[in-house]
Amino acid sequence: MKILALASVLLVPVASMLVMAGEEKIHLKEGAGVDLVRKDCVSCHSLDYIPLNSPFLDHKGWEATVAKMQKAYGAQIPQEDTAPIAEYLAKNYGKK
Amino acid sequence: MIDRRKFLAAGLALPALSTTTARAAARIWQPSELGEGAVQTAILESLPGKVPLIKRAYRPPNFETPIDYFREPITRNDAFFVRYHLSAIPNVDAKAWRLKVGGDAARQPFELDLARLKKDFHPTDVVAVCQCSGNRRGMSSPHVQGVEWGVGAMGNAKWTGVRLKDVLEKAGITDKAVEIGFNGADGPAIQTTPDFVKTIPVQKAMDENTIIAYEMNGKPLPHWNGFPARVIVPGWTGTYWMKHVTDIDLRSSPLANFWMAAAYRVPAKLFTNADKFPTQDNATTKPITDIVVNSLVTSIHDGDHVKRGQMVDVAGVAWDGGRGIRDVEVSTDGGRSWVLAQLGKDYGNYSFRTFMHRFRVPAEGSPVVMVRAYNKRGDTQVEKLVFNPAGYHHNVIPQIHLEVA
Repeated sequence: MKILALASVLLVPVASMLVMAGEEKIHLKEGAGVDLVRKDCVSCHSLDYIPLNSPFLDHKGWEATVAKMQKAYGAQIPQEDTAPIAEYLAKNYGKK
Repeated sequence: MIDRRKFLAAGLALPALSTTTARAAARIWQPSELGEGAVQTAILESLPGKVPLIKRAYRPPNFETPIDYFREPITRNDAFFVRYHLSAIPNVDAKAWRLKVGGDAARQPFELDLARLKKDFHPTDVVAVCQCSGNRRGMSSPHVQGVEWGVGAMGNAKWTGVRLKDVLEKAGITDKAVEIGFNGADGPAIQTTPDFVKTIPVQKAMDENTIIAYEMNGKPLPHWNGFPARVIVPGWTGTYWMKHVTDIDLRSSPLANFWMAAAYRVPAKLFTNADKFPTQDNATTKPITDIVVNSLVTSIHDGDHVKRGQMVDVAGVAWDGGRGIRDVEVSTDGGRSWVLAQLGKDYGNYSFRTFMHRFRVPAEGSPVVMVRAYNKRGDTQVEKLVFNPAGYHHNVIPQIHLEVA
């Protein structure tokens, strides 16, 4: 299996960071907040989920998505990062 | 005029692929209803052991089967779609694998290895469609958040294994049992994400078609489809078909985790013909259960060019949630008249059923091909999407416009 275990071994997945081959090809649009997205979102999923879900969510929709990641999926996003992340997503991948 | 055809040209995404399959897949049809982002991010990419599939997302891996593979009633293992919720996916060692069967509705909990599973229980098989609940989500209007699948988050295979019923009986299932829970070896990337654990009602678990499979089309399950064993819940959507299954939980109470109580649900008032799962109902929503009757045309696509007088095949597959396909009707005049298609070999009620209708392009007008399947209960496909927030159950009758050259 071509999964690169960056921080841990596969059988002890807790707090490890797994990256699938191919992810390096994903490029998010540059813009304010993109660093926070790269830092906070990538621990659980590849960043292609963002453009995949575009461009149909408005600012509220992206806010709700970030909140869902925290509340439903337990994402460890610092509270101060949530607003700029939603802002970035709405601006770059939001409903036109 | 809008170009209705959307093809995925993915040559650049295919390093060192020299097989004919890879070449054939270099242009992949995708439905025109997909959102812009879904179209732009889709590339053909091979997971280890798989032919190039349509990559929707890398991690957790979500890869869709290109439409041409549905020209056959049985989907190849190496082209079968891949869908995970969680990204810590171990390479399970078949020798080390154990299945734990227990719970508060089990009198004799036990544990067994793969050899014993195969030896201690009578083998059986079933041909059944595994379809992701969210198949065609990307075609929802309005678009909804999630994995933006086209038409290929599904596949049909012959699954071989043992009856879940036999395993539950060996565990001494008591009359207190209401749900049977499944956990698999895959887990979340971080501890705070809820592990993917699902349940089915005890009645469905005791159905003789519900099995723990260790083979798919006569071969061990591919890693990406649940090696070494997965649960097969024929007729129901893929969310219940636990991959890499390690735990079977005989429960006297409903499971109330995120994956049951919040995810994979539909509005209570919609889809009234669906199989019931009453222990998981609430005032506003109910769990998704069986697959709605549906069909997919594989031989022609919207916007294809044809010539006057040319013979055109309307062929594809039809399936439902286990009643079985009774008829497939085809219209070539935009729904004014319908004729019965010829059905192909019957692999059982849970399987794809192939269909075919051949017609001649008329001297005037442009054909608009429509297809609707009926199951043996008389359910058929819808003219308009039954919108629901999670984007499930898209079985809209297609309108395939052929352009006469």
